[in-house]
Amino acid sequence: MTDYETLRQFADSYGLLAMAIIFVSLCLWPFRPGARDKNHYAAQSILEDNDDGE
Amino acid sequence: MESVVGRSGLWFVLIILALAAYVGAQDPGFAAHALIIAIVAFGLMITTLAKYDPMAKAQSIFRMPEGPSRYYDDVIRWGVIATVFWGMAGLLAGLVIALQLVFPELNVEPWLNFGRLRPLHTSAVIFAFGGNALLATSFYVVQRTCRTTLAFPGLARFVFWGYQLFIVLAATGYLLGVTQSKEYAEPEWYVDLWLTIVWVAYFVVFVGTIVRRKEPHIYVANWFYLAFIITIAMLHIVNNLSMPVSLLGSRSYSVFAGVQDALTQWWYGHNAVGFFLTAGFLAMMYYFVPKQANRPVYSYRLSIIHFWSLIFLYIWAGPHHLHYTALPDWAQTLGMVFSIMLWMPSWGGMINGLMTLNGAWDKVRTDPVIRMMVLSLAFYGMSTFEGPMMSIKAVNSLSHYTDWTIGHVHSGALGWNGMITFACIYFLVPRLWKRERMYSLRMINWHFWLATLGIVFYAASMWVAGITQGLMWREYDANGYLVNSFIDTVTALKPMYMMRAFGGLLYLAGAAVLTFNVWMTIAGRLREEAPLYQAAYDAEADRPLAPQPAE
Repeated sequence: MTDYETLRQFADSYGLLAMAIIFVSLCLWPFRPGARDKNHYAAQSILEDNDDGE
Repeated sequence: MESVVGRSGLWFVLIILALAAYVGAQDPGFAAHALIIAIVAFGLMITTLAKYDPMAKAQSIFRMPEGPSRYYDDVIRWGVIATVFWGMAGLLAGLVIALQLVFPELNVEPWLNFGRLRPLHTSAVIFAFGGNALLATSFYVVQRTCRTTLAFPGLARFVFWGYQLFIVLAATGYLLGVTQSKEYAEPEWYVDLWLTIVWVAYFVVFVGTIVRRKEPHIYVANWFYLAFIITIAMLHIVNNLSMPVSLLGSRSYSVFAGVQDALTQWWYGHNAVGFFLTAGFLAMMYYFVPKQANRPVYSYRLSIIHFWSLIFLYIWAGPHHLHYTALPDWAQTLGMVFSIMLWMPSWGGMINGLMTLNGAWDKVRTDPVIRMMVLSLAFYGMSTFEGPMMSIKAVNSLSHYTDWTIGHVHSGALGWNGMITFACIYFLVPRLWKRERMYSLRMINWHFWLATLGIVFYAASMWVAGITQGLMWREYDANGYLVNSFIDTVTALKPMYMMRAFGGLLYLAGAAVLTFNVWMTIAGRLREEAPLYQAAYDAEADRPLAPQPAE
């Protein structure tokens, strides 16, 4: 089998599966239990300092 | 004193090396660039020897506030000034080339013809105007969201001035005919190497600041900035892999050939749009829109989901630039499918930005800066719908190589990138120079309407021009012959080109209003003007409604 075919086989099978699993887990990460408060805190965090460091 | 002597000695060695390169240069373009390096090194040697602090002097010219501050902001002030300066230069170059297409006699051979000015325009607006805006805002945002000062301020200064040197070398190179003929990657090998050094330093400063943060969470804007910095480094290095003909000459040849070279180029080219003009500017959006509206981002979850979707999808979309070429059909289809999928994460960002204003929509009426941000998000939404549509092969067979593409790019660049950058400048200048507000709020309003009208003229004329062109090119008669010659389409499009140039003039006029406004704000002036909006008191109307009898 040529290098191209080997890489192509990998990209079509395990490579694709790994990418899909990583992508889906990253997207589900903000929905993990207890994330709601953390997200709320992160969104508010930039508004705490109103003096912009001046 | 010893360090001064040592440093000036180092500059002296650099001058000698640059002059040697000048003497031994294989072509005039390389010689000119060696001379520029020698002049820069000479200036640095003189300033070092005179033990004269040029920055303090220049900073007083630009009235940068002194004294201790929580954050390191000097480099950001320089970045804002550079953004305004290069913005004017790039937009002016754009207007000139738009006029050249209407009045061919404006092509001044050989340095100022369309072929050389066009890359000057694209690089000036994307890399000089957009790039400086990204440098300045990223240094501003990363310090505030991490609640820490910039790591390695000296290196940050090197990043800023090194990037300006890159711009000067690239721009002079285009005019002298130094180009490797890759769109948006025209600079030759030695300029590419210099940019790589500057970019690695940028990465070190940015990551160093994140590492020393005092805030546990890394705010989402920094994710986008980091994705932009890392991906641009990867794209730049791979696409510019080339072999110089001579170490003292500007010419080089790509290591890739044929369709592989084309695919690498458009993998680079499309992701320059995706990560420079999208991820980087989304980072600006995620900090400055919530700050200006004084409301948290609509959905932090959505910001994370659309971040990862953009990262995973954008990188595959490049082949849509090569529909109906020698590129294998499956690769073209892959590019098309990923481009269409990209529509959703793009709109995720637009919805998140617009919905941040939920409950504060009155600010669109009362605050021209917010209005600019809303317009930029609206154009982001429009151009990220138009883009996937144009990537569909059937649509692309009409739109490709026509002015529709130019219209699409400018609705994104003028609408989304330009307007969000202007809004950020209006946000930053009063804060960085510690002024109460911008010199004039009414001028911001003028800028908004001039720019908006300019984009309308630009986009509308290019849609009409592009579709006209596409339909005329493909028109066959009963015998199977093409109906129109190329010059027929040029004649038909001339009025559209005129309208496009008018739109560009309006947009440039808006930017000139911004430049004046920024100038006066830095000078410490406040324009006395009537407030933009006020509800006049009407005693007659200020009473309860009289009860009405039921009918």
